[in-house]
Amino acid sequence: MRRGILALLILILLGLLPGCGYNTMQANEEAVTAAWGNVESAYQRRNDLIPNLVEVVKGYAKHEADTLKAVTEARAKVGSLQLGKDVINDPAALNKFQQNQGEISSALSRLMVVTEKYPDLKANQNFLDLQKQLEGTENRINVARERYNRAVQTFNTSIRTFPNSLTNTLLLHLVRKESFKAEEAAKVAPKVKF
Amino acid sequence: MRLSKLKHILTGILLVAILAANAQALAVPPLTGRINDYAHLLSAATAQTLEQKLAAFERETSNQVVLLTVPSLDDETIEGFAIKVGDAWKIGQKDKGNGVILILAQKEHKIRIEVGTGLQAALPDITASQIIRTVMVPRLKAGDFDAGITAGLDAVLAATKGEFKATPADRKPHTKSGNHLFTVLLVIALVFIAAAGSTSRIAGAVTGGVALPVAAALGLGSTLWQLGLFAVLGVGAGFLISLFMGNGPGGGGIGGGGWGGGPTIFYGGGGGSSSGGGGGFEGGGGDFDGGGSSDDW
Repeated sequence: MRRGILALLILILLGLLPGCGYNTMQANEEAVTAAWGNVESAYQRRNDLIPNLVEVVKGYAKHEADTLKAVTEARAKVGSLQLGKDVINDPAALNKFQQNQGEISSALSRLMVVTEKYPDLKANQNFLDLQKQLEGTENRINVARERYNRAVQTFNTSIRTFPNSLTNTLLLHLVRKESFKAEEAAKVAPKVKF
Repeated sequence: MRLSKLKHILTGILLVAILAANAQALAVPPLTGRINDYAHLLSAATAQTLEQKLAAFERETSNQVVLLTVPSLDDETIEGFAIKVGDAWKIGQKDKGNGVILILAQKEHKIRIEVGTGLQAALPDITASQIIRTVMVPRLKAGDFDAGITAGLDAVLAATKGEFKATPADRKPHTKSGNHLFTVLLVIALVFIAAAGSTSRIAGAVTGGVALPVAAALGLGSTLWQLGLFAVLGVGAGFLISLFMGNGPGGGGIGGGGWGGGPTIFYGGGGGSSSGGGGGFEGGGGDFDGGGSSDDW
């Protein structure tokens, strides 16, 4: 009889294992990584768009060499920044990433303001399409950042609350992750008016 | 005199209440069908025709296309509102992401086509923008909402037509399937341990020592030293279960009935309730990433 009770107790303990948060925390970390992947691809999408945009604007606005150069340079800088999953575990790297992307955002918004002076450019179908694509990517970036922040918040909460906190210190050793901060550059992301 | 004072106070309270209600962000209205015309832009006949057209389109392609019109955005951007609607309604099939939401805000004269992740190849931002600018805006500007919205939805259907084929799975109501891999494996491991344990204690212990780490590796993705820990735990558990199983003539009966029933009970839980099987319409679990296009009319 005592053996039976002991066996039952062990069974109950094994049953409790998923309740210690072990799975939840790992799933939450995976969610953060996945959300980060979306952030990166949204920014990458914008990066891929820039050469075409610069090319089209160049054809019409020859006097805006400085503004165009600023965009190209900001883009080149981001291209040289090593990205990857490590960024999400390193607050300094995330800051740098955010700063570099912010520079592109403001350079792009300056470019968009400048284009207002060129009616021919604004009427160009190619440019119109690129503008729409740029709007779309900026919106995707916003959505991806917001979702990343939400995933980070869920993850951070899950590793800090009991009993997960205990499981984490004993087994998983996951560290708190940094989220995006609202920045000036993000607020002045190109808003194209017609 | 007194009455008018009371009136003032009441008006004040009412004003505060209205302000408080307006301070909240615009809530996502409930999904009532494929045509959610909260701003009453469409005639009844057009709304019904479109509802049927979109339902037929989903039966054929599994793509879900819905319309939402709102009287006002309450100072929210149409992009921000659209993604909230997409997240709440989950238009499109799960794993396909093949949903499109056409949103019009009456007061702001804003229009947006929000495209699900699975349809962005067929309906890229540029195409969405062209549909808005060339097909819809001229008709909307003329005040002909029936024609504008119908033409816009037709263009969306034409663009996304060839993208997916409806499979029988899309027509069934979706059941929720959680990630209970480890639990399932644990139950299977226990069945093996119990079976081995009824022959000999050593066999039970060995089975436990192997089965538990295997279950942990597959279900939890544990690291090597954790697997060792699970192995030790498994040997102990296997041995104890063997003791229980080999407990005499009565033990076998309990074991056979009890363990055999375990997995059946577990799987039985999943197939229980299903929702939205009848005439109601609901999103299939599609996801949105902010793709699409917006404009003014």
